[in-house]
Amino acid sequence: MIDSPSAAEMLDGIAHFIDTRVRPQLSGHDAYMARVTITALAIVKRELEQGPAAESAALQRLRALLGRADGDFAVLNKALCEDIRHGAIDWRAPAVMDHLKRSIADQVRIDQPDYSGLKVLEAEPPAG
Amino acid sequence: MDAAAISDALQRLAPKLAPGGGEIAALRRLSGGANMETWAFDVGAGASAVPCILRRRAHPMTPREVRFNIDLVTEARVLRAAARHGVAVAAVRWICEPGDGLGEGYVMERLNGEALGGRIVRKPEFAAVRGRLAYQCGELLGRIHRVPLAELPPLRRTCGVEEAVTFESIYREIGSQRPIFEAAFRYLEDAAPPAQEPVLLHGDYRNGNLMVDPATGLRAALDWEMCHIGEPGEDLGWLCANSWRYGQSGKPVGGFGSYEQLLEGYAAGGGAAMSVERLRYWEVFGSLKWAVLCRTMYEIFVSDEEHSVERSVVGRRTSEAEIDLVHLLGSAP
Repeated sequence: MIDSPSAAEMLDGIAHFIDTRVRPQLSGHDAYMARVTITALAIVKRELEQGPAAESAALQRLRALLGRADGDFAVLNKALCEDIRHGAIDWRAPAVMDHLKRSIADQVRIDQPDYSGLKVLEAEPPAG
Repeated sequence: MDAAAISDALQRLAPKLAPGGGEIAALRRLSGGANMETWAFDVGAGASAVPCILRRRAHPMTPREVRFNIDLVTEARVLRAAARHGVAVAAVRWICEPGDGLGEGYVMERLNGEALGGRIVRKPEFAAVRGRLAYQCGELLGRIHRVPLAELPPLRRTCGVEEAVTFESIYREIGSQRPIFEAAFRYLEDAAPPAQEPVLLHGDYRNGNLMVDPATGLRAALDWEMCHIGEPGEDLGWLCANSWRYGQSGKPVGGFGSYEQLLEGYAAGGGAAMSVERLRYWEVFGSLKWAVLCRTMYEIFVSDEEHSVERSVVGRRTSEAEIDLVHLLGSAP
């Protein structure tokens, strides 16, 4: 329904305004908070672009892991948490570790793509 | 309180902060830190200026903070006790009283040096001292862990794996659903080593809270608000968590040194026997504790009127701790 400008394009405009017009007028703690705000906008933009595919991939893995065809991401993720907590699923099992690694790598690509821990995990051999 | 009001209150205190007092000058709020206000200022000017730091609380602690953070008066008393036992800290000059008009806080000397972790691991002027920083961190921590408990004000006390159980209860209270947290809590329960003798813990001993001099290396440990009494491995593991390596993942101690250098210094400073295996267990706890703390920042963000964007961004750092956890758990014995 919505054509353009896209949400991501509007976020670019907001970030550009804060960076080039607002931030130079600030000092001390407020200038620091302006930089934090630009970081926050970049996270939102990446989530808009990458979030839906990451969640749908996670949902497919959860269905395979739990052997269930029903339930959305929130329901199945909660079921996995409870199974790990009560020992019904062994978190060390290769398929579980594979799901945990893929899911968190996708989230860090949104939250903090330059984080060193992402490169460390990507350098690991695949689980199993 | 705005800067003018703080300046006025400090001016009234000036005779207590420096011999003969003097004009309060160059007052500025230092950036960083979502919880606490830190102000830098001088008493007097020119060659006789006395550089100081004011730490003060602007808002009352949340119920969760009360559980883990000490008030600033207690913090100042711990600093004084640690200083008496050879721990390198900034000297406390004044503990604020109700009549001072600054609320809860204290004034300490301002040390020269660098505390920003990214600069310490990357800037060329620290290259000469980086090689010995891990040893120095261990040595200082060994001294902190030897401060006699009888000389300290009342502090929260935990034993062994109890601290992990406490953080699990916070995670349960939040009601978050994160499978990596679940796996890490099970690991900490199943793999817990036997408890050691409880010691004074700094509680936030990491690159970022270390004052480093480009010529002599480690000068002091800063930011004691999470100090408590507990398992020695807790401080050592926290120092090694990947979040405090500032991109230098291959150097497990603060992004500048090795486990072996750290433990060698720790023994020299008087610390208890410690193996790399035990240290690695507490590193898992460190990353999990960071994950829980980041997640609680989100709780404060949604409930607080201020809606600090900084807290929302720290909330998203939960995933950085989780990716470190999944790596550590994948290689755990």
